[in-house]
Amino acid sequence: MQSLNHYILPAIVSAFLLFGLLRGVAVFDVFLEGAREGLSTAARILPSLVGLMTAVGVFKASGAMDLLSHGLKPAADFLGLPSEVMPLALLRPVSGSGGMAIYRDILQNHSPDSFVGRVASVMMGSTETTFYTIAVYYGAVGIRKTRHTLPAALGADLAGFVFSSLAVLWFFGR
Amino acid sequence: MMNYIFCAMILFGIVVALLCGRMEAVSAALMNDCGAAVEMVITLTGTMCLWCGLMKVAEKAGLTHIISRALSPLTRLAFPGLDPAGPAMGAISMNISANLLGLGNAATPLGLNAMQELNKLSSTPGVATNHMAMFVVLNTAALDLLPTTVGLLRMQAGSAAPFDILPAVWLASSASVVVGVLLAKLLGHFTPKEKRHAKP
Repeated sequence: MQSLNHYILPAIVSAFLLFGLLRGVAVFDVFLEGAREGLSTAARILPSLVGLMTAVGVFKASGAMDLLSHGLKPAADFLGLPSEVMPLALLRPVSGSGGMAIYRDILQNHSPDSFVGRVASVMMGSTETTFYTIAVYYGAVGIRKTRHTLPAALGADLAGFVFSSLAVLWFFGR
Repeated sequence: MMNYIFCAMILFGIVVALLCGRMEAVSAALMNDCGAAVEMVITLTGTMCLWCGLMKVAEKAGLTHIISRALSPLTRLAFPGLDPAGPAMGAISMNISANLLGLGNAATPLGLNAMQELNKLSSTPGVATNHMAMFVVLNTAALDLLPTTVGLLRMQAGSAAPFDILPAVWLASSASVVVGVLLAKLLGHFTPKEKRHAKP
């Protein structure tokens, strides 16, 4: 499984280059043109990332995150989520590295093949860092009014979390 | 929306830190995490340049067009009214393919490319269009068919079968994508698009 993964990237890059050569594209010139656009995009997403990562850092360091996950325990019970994965559900949409750290924690404290370990794994595999994506994507094109994006994205995350628990229950039992 | 979330996270955090005596940790976070963001962008800049460059080659060679035609039965459902042969749909298709293959590093630059194309089609600068919202929602859901990082971590933690969770992941992912798409469609009708009439 893992070794197959190493072949995907080189295969795609070769396909791109060969295709370009066959179609008579000035590959390197065109590449540089695109890469320059990439550079300016990277610069454009920097401010939103600085803002978001600072906010997440303060929220975590202050203990507000722990407080919130404690306070939301009744909601977790209602949704059928084991309370052990609640911090993961809260942090996963906000911070990629933070979610990963909590996930490792859960794997260490519970077996990866336990109910809690499996639910946490499925949650990690079926959701993304929502806030990061929104900040980066909208930051790159200067969108200030995101309209219904956040509610829809968080609704999708919530559905992912609830179904993680349901799916593990369904495929493996408790 | 992001305005309130940004302020709420920082202000609420500072109040909690005040009550729990964790000001030192908060100060450290304020000093360090902004630098972490810059480090992240620097790492990202390399992949960003590489993939935007390769994307340009694929576009000029007509590869994008082929991929976007292959995905069009699905993309046309999510993005009705968007030109199926246009550059925006091309970039969207490339981003979705990269996501499905689990190439997160490639998906982000390709996605930003798509956002720029969608922005060109927008008549309301600074306000997200329905297509943009749908596209961002798709990217906040995990389309990854083989979550290798999760599998690797499970293996390291001593799992007997690290990938036995795959059917459950696919089920939860699909539920999340379906709910996201439906919510994006539904809420798009109820959120005000712009205040064009308010302008003098």
